[in-house]
Amino acid sequence: MSGEKTHILVVDDEEIVRESLGGWLEKDGYVVAAAPDGRSAVEKLKAEKWDVLLVDLKMPGGMDGLQVLDEARKLQPEAIAVMMTAYATVDTAVAAMKLGAFDYLVKPFDPEELSLMMKKIVDRQALVRENAVLRQALKKEHRFRELVSQSPAMQKVFDLAQVAARSNSTILVLGESGSGKEVLARAIHAESPRAAGPFVAVSCAALTESLLESELFGHEKGSFTGASARRKGKFEAADGGTLFLDEVGDISGKLQLDLLRVLEDRKFHRVGGTEPIEVDVRIIAATNRNLRKAVADGSFREDLFYRLNVIPILLPPLRDRKEDIPLLVEHFVERLSAEMKKKLEGVSSEAMAAILAHDWPGNVRELRNVLERGAVVAAGSVIQAADLGLSRPGAAPAGAREPGSLEEMERRHITEVLSHTHGNVSQAARILGIDRVTLYSKMRKYEIRRPGGEEPEAPEGSKS
Amino acid sequence: MIEHVRLHLDQAFGWPVRMHMGAERPRDAWDARRRQWSSTRILRWLGEVGPPGGKLLGLTDVDLFIPILTFVFGEAQLGGASAVVSTARLADPAEVGDGRVVLERLAKESVHELGHTFGLTHCGTPGCVMGRSASVRDVDLKRGELCPDCRGRMSPREEREA
Repeated sequence: MSGEKTHILVVDDEEIVRESLGGWLEKDGYVVAAAPDGRSAVEKLKAEKWDVLLVDLKMPGGMDGLQVLDEARKLQPEAIAVMMTAYATVDTAVAAMKLGAFDYLVKPFDPEELSLMMKKIVDRQALVRENAVLRQALKKEHRFRELVSQSPAMQKVFDLAQVAARSNSTILVLGESGSGKEVLARAIHAESPRAAGPFVAVSCAALTESLLESELFGHEKGSFTGASARRKGKFEAADGGTLFLDEVGDISGKLQLDLLRVLEDRKFHRVGGTEPIEVDVRIIAATNRNLRKAVADGSFREDLFYRLNVIPILLPPLRDRKEDIPLLVEHFVERLSAEMKKKLEGVSSEAMAAILAHDWPGNVRELRNVLERGAVVAAGSVIQAADLGLSRPGAAPAGAREPGSLEEMERRHITEVLSHTHGNVSQAARILGIDRVTLYSKMRKYEIRRPGGEEPEAPEGSKS
Repeated sequence: MIEHVRLHLDQAFGWPVRMHMGAERPRDAWDARRRQWSSTRILRWLGEVGPPGGKLLGLTDVDLFIPILTFVFGEAQLGGASAVVSTARLADPAEVGDGRVVLERLAKESVHELGHTFGLTHCGTPGCVMGRSASVRDVDLKRGELCPDCRGRMSPREEREA
């Protein structure tokens, strides 16, 4: 028997049975309590935790054994229930098993039968406990803060991130949209000696050059039209902590130079200011662009690239680490269940098959969004394939079109999705599995107007 | 037979053992429907008619039962004064065993049931006499002695009788 004593509740209207069975079980080292009827059994189920319930099927007083079993399943689903009866009938045995009874014994029991059954129960509970401990241990091993993975490629990322977190060096996180660049940056910050300091995130693609400049460095009162008061920038806000520069590959030439200067001197000026400001900031930059290519074609400064590329960390796309999908699904379902206060046990095997068959262009973020939709739509505690809203692989889109370039297809698809959401950008971004900022920049790139007519406006710059 | 049991008890508990012979049985312990004797009622009766103080072990050849089980080899009051053991099932003709084997089984179960009166519960140590026995095969697999753990758990008591 394992360390903790097994607690058994005997429910029987006959005192002689309660005493006799209780005495036998106590000699076996179990902690035993008894209840003479269904109602007091339910009281005991509400008051204490029980490992095993031995319940007589036929009891007078309005609540029989099957009703107790039904209540027990709701109150303590993990307790193992065994039905006892003086007269076995197939019907009652089937009813008991349907209600989740572990076993069914006819009174009086053969001593060997009772011994074997108790051994089976104790072994099973030990297994359940061991399984829970192992799963917990496995989860710990397969995670780095909010990131979960068991793929070798991601394990290398975790190891590198862990080491990098301890240093003060600039980190460049590379990866597709939705692969978790900001989540990794936050994890590195949390693991670093700067954890008590602020984590400030700026999306460089979301803002125009002048707005981004003032966002990063702040401005003095009257430095430009609309600068009605002095404002601190993100560099100052991140003093003593970490500044996360997302989409750093999208910044203009002038800002590239400004950024290079701060990285070299750790000093900068507010827009319109003359006084140099010194800050202690650790930079984590991220991009989904190929910066080496950008350097080669002259759109990104080589010196800045080397300043940023001190510790490069590449986050592999989800389609390259499909072995992580079941773990991620479990992780997100658990999280969604807690966030939504809805009992969710997981996804059906058909749903898992559909998830595994999908290509996940929007990576982990897309997976999370699909599961969130599934969690909202699911009628029961298990998310079904239909709840996910994933299109079946191979399903031909209505009205086949002329084949076009990848960019052309992307432009068309974004336009279609925006029209489907009646111009709601957040909803469209969720469907596309990309963040709003990326969607805005793609809308600008393809000059897509939202249904409703306005220009693609920029969202608020900071995600912190 | 009784002398053999006495030797084992002496060895296991190391206290003086006194013997009483008698052929009476409590009438209310007989269950006409089951055609068996209630070991629980026998224990109660032993407590009433036996000498006060110490521990009491009743030895019998009638088939014993407790309400929830089809039969028992014996029963004892956990941490109490009385215990009872029967040869009826220990001498099961379906199981291999000559007189000597039955004698060993009786001695083991006697130590086992008296062990319960000293507050010992079933023990998981292989071979320990306090191991649970649901069949004569289980009894045969045990040795006649308490394992060191059980011996350590037993608190010294005053004089007992058998």
